[in-house]
Amino acid sequence: MPEPTLFELSQPGKRCVELPESDLPELESGWIASEQLRDEPPGLPRVTEPEIARHFAHLATKNFNVDANFYPLGSCTMKYNPKANEEIAASPQWSRLHPETPEEHVQGAMRLMHELECWLAEILGLPAVSLHSPAGAAGEFTALRVFRACHESRGDARARVIVPDTAHGTNPASVTRCGYESTNIASNERGRIDLDEIADALDEDVAALMLTNPNTLGLFETDVLEISRMVHDVGGFVYCDGANLNAIMGYARPGEMGFDAVHVNLHKTFSTPHGGGGPGAGPVAVTAELEPFLPIPRLVEREGRIVWDRDRPQSIGTVHSFFGNFLVLVRAWAYILAMGAEGLRRASSDAVLNANYLMRALEGRWELPYPGPCMHEFVLSAESIRKETGLRAADFAKRLLDFGIHPPTMYFPIIVDEALMIEPTETESLRTLDRFIEVMLRLADEAESDPERLSDAPTRTSVGRVDEVKAARDLILRWSEDS
Amino acid sequence: MGYLPHSEQERRRMLDALGIGSMDELFAEIPEEVRAVAMPELPEPLTEPELVERARKLGAQNRSLDELVCFSGGGIYDRFIPAIVRSVVSRPEFVTPYTPYQPEASQGTLQAMFEYQTMVCELTAMDVANASLYDAATGLGEAILMAASATKRERALISAAAPPAARRTARTYCEAAGISIEEVSFLDDSGATDLEALATALADDVACVCLQQPNFFGVIEQMDAAAELAHDAEALMIAGVEPVSLALLKPPGEYGADIALGEGQALGLPPGFGGPLLGLFACREELVRIMPGRVVGKSQDANGELAYCLTLQTREQHIRRARATSNICTNEGLCALAACVYMAALGPDGLREVATAGARNAHHLRDLIADSDGVATPRFSGDFLNEFVVRVEGSPDQLVRDLCAEGYLGGPALDRDYEALSDCLLLAATECRSREQIEGLVEAGGL
Repeated sequence: MPEPTLFELSQPGKRCVELPESDLPELESGWIASEQLRDEPPGLPRVTEPEIARHFAHLATKNFNVDANFYPLGSCTMKYNPKANEEIAASPQWSRLHPETPEEHVQGAMRLMHELECWLAEILGLPAVSLHSPAGAAGEFTALRVFRACHESRGDARARVIVPDTAHGTNPASVTRCGYESTNIASNERGRIDLDEIADALDEDVAALMLTNPNTLGLFETDVLEISRMVHDVGGFVYCDGANLNAIMGYARPGEMGFDAVHVNLHKTFSTPHGGGGPGAGPVAVTAELEPFLPIPRLVEREGRIVWDRDRPQSIGTVHSFFGNFLVLVRAWAYILAMGAEGLRRASSDAVLNANYLMRALEGRWELPYPGPCMHEFVLSAESIRKETGLRAADFAKRLLDFGIHPPTMYFPIIVDEALMIEPTETESLRTLDRFIEVMLRLADEAESDPERLSDAPTRTSVGRVDEVKAARDLILRWSEDS
Repeated sequence: MGYLPHSEQERRRMLDALGIGSMDELFAEIPEEVRAVAMPELPEPLTEPELVERARKLGAQNRSLDELVCFSGGGIYDRFIPAIVRSVVSRPEFVTPYTPYQPEASQGTLQAMFEYQTMVCELTAMDVANASLYDAATGLGEAILMAASATKRERALISAAAPPAARRTARTYCEAAGISIEEVSFLDDSGATDLEALATALADDVACVCLQQPNFFGVIEQMDAAAELAHDAEALMIAGVEPVSLALLKPPGEYGADIALGEGQALGLPPGFGGPLLGLFACREELVRIMPGRVVGKSQDANGELAYCLTLQTREQHIRRARATSNICTNEGLCALAACVYMAALGPDGLREVATAGARNAHHLRDLIADSDGVATPRFSGDFLNEFVVRVEGSPDQLVRDLCAEGYLGGPALDRDYEALSDCLLLAATECRSREQIEGLVEAGGL
């Protein structure tokens, strides 16, 4: 059933919230020049509270979500979001803090951020952490900006950043944003970065190389130390996209792999909820050499008190209005405290166990272009099925929705045709994993016995397959009476 | 560990299925030389009751706006949040989904974002809005880059009376991309941007002019005149807006803004120590294909039924990679949802009452300060809404601290960002303040 928009529910004379009468003097006429005032009130809906509650309750039924559904969404780490973290972050002790409050009255919040910085530094094996970047891509930009500032401080401006073809699209986009040119390099037949390709691409104009480890095929870049050495030899920096940190906590640390900087997605590895597309957080950890260039203000401890240090002449400046997505940081802080080192290590090993368990169960029936063992994710291909039946990865993805399962990441990484990238995470039970295997095997059967089932899917969701081409062609981006 | 569902027996079964003996064997691919030799040094894990207690104790070292009566401004405001907002944005069906790339599984989030975009268009009178950016500061950076791309020019002019955090952040954003940012001064008496200085600075290499309405000092700007100057030089006009004020003030779409952006925290988000915030972002239709961020469009499903989906994705990084309009890959979805519910809960009349009540409170406060012979005097003569600058005797920083001791939060002091205003601080009043609190502030500070 389509749910009317709030605008269609709107009726003159209705309202939800009323304000108390003020006993202060009315504003004098002419308090503001009349030409500064708007003629018509904004066309916001006029609705009552029960109608708002019902509207959003209806919309809520039309969403898949991690509480209710399995999301084997590669490189997105859709793990369960613990409820205690939500409750803590909602407390007025944190949520009702004003960022302009003098330091001595927000020592709890500053201490929390300081602790989180120290713990992330420990987990990542790099000494300095900045929490300000509000998302993963923002973290990438921050780190690249830090590289740029460091090179420029030595009078060594550079023009290029090397990005492997398996990288997430934000990597090359962040490179451009930072004023660099992105140089693409191909992976080898083992799904890893090719050392010869790097050697050919490297020269003293290279500011950095960006590497996701484990990579987006779910494979550990086994040559990582050699790669770091090669880049460092020409004076470049090595950047770790930490999107896949969930695979290695307690087993390996980016700092010990030769990385100069890494960003982590707290909304992936550290269990903060995705919120249907944010808010996230993308803290950045760097070497001591790069620390002076991190965004301001920096948290420092002085005489037992945490203070903001803004006097950092080499800093790249600010990257956010205040200190980043603080209430997301609170949740990650709570998660680390609940897990401890052993728990985080166990999270990684269960994540890797789950991925290998699924991969082994599916690889006979599904094409696995890069054989494992894998880390926390793996990539299947529907290419051979496409050749036989014409069905595409998207058809399987949409059919999964009929079983209440969110599709894997599709058509990524781009080096695999008809890719389905699967990351189960550690918070899924064996029962869920076995059911997923059962459904995936059934889909492979359906491709032969009943292909229309797949091409017509989904049929059990609130709407059928959505015409995205029409949306881009007709471009209706707001409600209006006549659209 | 209660967040991990496997029992030891289940782990054993799974390892057996893989034909390996131990969990550590799963990590055999990691070369010896990069394998962690020791566990990270972290605190011992806490049970849930211990965790809640630890958070409560640490939180007790903060003084929240439950304790401090807030007269602080500078972009983050203490506004009343109706219970329905928190109720909707706490639902796991909105808190825990992924970005709505799979429209069939995300119609709830998508329709809510479509409604949000419509409300932002209504508020700003702009043609199109995206599904939000991180905050106003990064939004300004994005807007300038967008203007540079639209005009193929590389200079941006920003009023020095625009919020300092946004100016600083825009610099971090733009300078790496080769865009230079120059500031236009403000008038010492009114506190408004010096339009003569703006006219002088404008030239045929300027991509955009950026002003905030009301500006950082709370002063009302002549946005239409600034837009005209910008357009005469074929530069774009970027308007920073405060969303609640738009219930009263002429919206950017009516004074010729090409891009409008603003901090949406006032629309139903708690101050949250400055994050997460909400970057409102809207523009003229002609610019939509270079607008950053996610956008929801209306379409239909295979049966011809109404359906929503993300659209214009060919601008985005996962398709365009290095040639994307921006590296942005997320929005502040849940914050935009809060704003959507807030705007519905207030409606046009409620939002106007909120804006008017804030203005009434702030004008009363300013009148009291002007009429008393305390340490503070209003600094600027320009019209204002709910925020204004006062000059004080003695250190404004010290005054902020003294007020805290009395249970009031004022500020921020302006010395950090304005040398010429080193004896000044901001004061703001929202609809939440009462006569008693306003008079209490003046008395406590000897203002």
